[in-house]
Amino acid sequence: MQWPVPPTGRQSPENSHLWLPRHTLPDYRAEAGLSGQARRAVLPAAGQLPSADIAVHKRIMRIAIVDESATRAAVIQEGLAKRDDCEIFVVTERRGLVARISEIAPDIVLIDLGNPSRDVLEEYFTVSRALARPIAMFVDESDEESITASIDAGVSSYVVDGLAPHRIRPILDLAVKRFNAFSRLQSDLAEAKGKLAERETVDQAKRILMDSRGLGEPQAYAELRKTAMNQGKRIVEIAEAVVTAHHLLGGK
Amino acid sequence: MRSELAVGFLPLVDAALPVLAREHGFAEDEGISLTLVKDMSWATVLDRLLYGHTDAAHLVAPLAITTTLGRGRPAQPISVPFVLGLNGNAITFRSDLAARLVTPGRLGDPVEVGVKLAAIVRESIAKGVKLRFGVVHRHSSHNYMLRYWLAACGIRPDVDVEMMTVAPPYCADALEAGEVDAICVGEPWNSVAVERGVGRIVLVTAQIWRRGVEKVLALRRPVLEEKREATEALIRALIRAGRHFVDPANWDRNAAILARSEYLDGNPELIRRAIADRLLLTKGGDLVHLPDFMFQYREAANFPWVSQAEWLYTQMIRWEGIPFTPGDAAKAAQVFRPDVYRSALLGTDEPLPGASSKVEGSLGQKTAVTAQQGEMVLENNMFFDGMSFDPTDLEGYLRRLP
Repeated sequence: MQWPVPPTGRQSPENSHLWLPRHTLPDYRAEAGLSGQARRAVLPAAGQLPSADIAVHKRIMRIAIVDESATRAAVIQEGLAKRDDCEIFVVTERRGLVARISEIAPDIVLIDLGNPSRDVLEEYFTVSRALARPIAMFVDESDEESITASIDAGVSSYVVDGLAPHRIRPILDLAVKRFNAFSRLQSDLAEAKGKLAERETVDQAKRILMDSRGLGEPQAYAELRKTAMNQGKRIVEIAEAVVTAHHLLGGK
Repeated sequence: MRSELAVGFLPLVDAALPVLAREHGFAEDEGISLTLVKDMSWATVLDRLLYGHTDAAHLVAPLAITTTLGRGRPAQPISVPFVLGLNGNAITFRSDLAARLVTPGRLGDPVEVGVKLAAIVRESIAKGVKLRFGVVHRHSSHNYMLRYWLAACGIRPDVDVEMMTVAPPYCADALEAGEVDAICVGEPWNSVAVERGVGRIVLVTAQIWRRGVEKVLALRRPVLEEKREATEALIRALIRAGRHFVDPANWDRNAAILARSEYLDGNPELIRRAIADRLLLTKGGDLVHLPDFMFQYREAANFPWVSQAEWLYTQMIRWEGIPFTPGDAAKAAQVFRPDVYRSALLGTDEPLPGASSKVEGSLGQKTAVTAQQGEMVLENNMFFDGMSFDPTDLEGYLRRLP
């Protein structure tokens, strides 16, 4: 959301050069060992040390999960926590997001596609001079499949430039799997909720029939089922009609 | 034969035409089964377009050009066969600042407000503080229009003030929290800030450039080629939606449709204000009529003038400090596809301009222009500073800009 505010306050020179033209920045792609074909959107941040790229291969990866859904973030975190080569940071609060990311200095940022702060974050990755290392979007064209999978799952990722693909890939695969699992969980939940609501409607319709026509419960249900079969509809649809009609006729 | 098209959009009032084309059955009438995909950031709208989740997208115009030129990600050619609307954005200041810039309840004059703002900016710098302006995306017309105005008023956007990106739904929050001093955003987000009493609308972008290009219908070029017939059918449906949008008889109904949870999920009253060009500038004030605030249909507003794409390219050069090249200029110009628009509407009642490019900002009054079909009358299309943009001399224009 907000540009990183340096501790010195708003008038810091870092803040006055936020939208520096890209061509004025040195191209670290070559130094990071990326070939011309590795066409990632590499946007180097100034002041970054090429040696950081080498260091990344040796140390623990810092992974930031940006998600306004704390539950989903926890699901991703839990999956990644099993790995011994990463440290996980979860950011669910949108206020101060950019400052928080800048503090974390992540190697990989995972953010859900539905997050309104994505444009803010991309802007920050594009131009921020506060970051010590360049962040690239993971849009290597040779890996279309992986991007498609990640967009299908609803997660986007930003990876520090120069991080070896064999280190990135398992993290992204895992994130994609976890995102998909979470979506399934949600749709199962929605379905379960829907079924519960359906059962309640059928119960309500049964009670209406029992009260108004003096039927027993099995007969009331049989009436609903018979009508549904005759009309080629689902029992719940007939039950809804009964409940609606009952309300319209002044019933409670 | 029925074709299926998926169109991505951000929940803003100017996503109206695709929504209405679907809801009123205009797309259906053209044999298009239209699916709309709502997202919350331009990055995601673009991702879905580039990776085939959608066939077309409601997009901030400059982003179509920067994507084609490969700014920020690998280049992918984008085509714009239809403009979804002109302007419709406002500049909302923190209430205390607004009180120093305009008479409450009145819209400011861009020149007068600019003079007062420049004084406040100098005052702030002397105190060691810079005013902060929020825009919705670096590659947005909001950013270019705001910068155009600031620069013409002697305020250097990257030096005298700070520019930052704020997601539209968070604009009011950012004003309230003091994270920004002003925002340039589309509706309903200015009105939301006004209603919450955290800001006042001081200017609208139509005052900066009376006919400023805003959102466009963007497709990947290969998709446009592959689905050319369906795209042309969609253009005809969108034109009908535009005609429907500007008719006062439909304002209530259309505001109610746009307000639904699957679209803007917002307040129909605020949405209606934007549709009707009548905004509340200050909480508790009266609605003020702002002619041409949103310009979605008349004067072939949806025609993708090549000169508009070229103007956007000059602003990109201007603010991102990248060198001008005739090759990039040509690529940018080719993003806008008047040929597709013409082919879609040839033989209909819609007027088609005789030219595909024009000197922008050159008309102060109603002027009849040559037409390929029907009658074309263009009205005031001035920039507030009186400069005009001649697309045959981009470099000369760039040199003349402050």
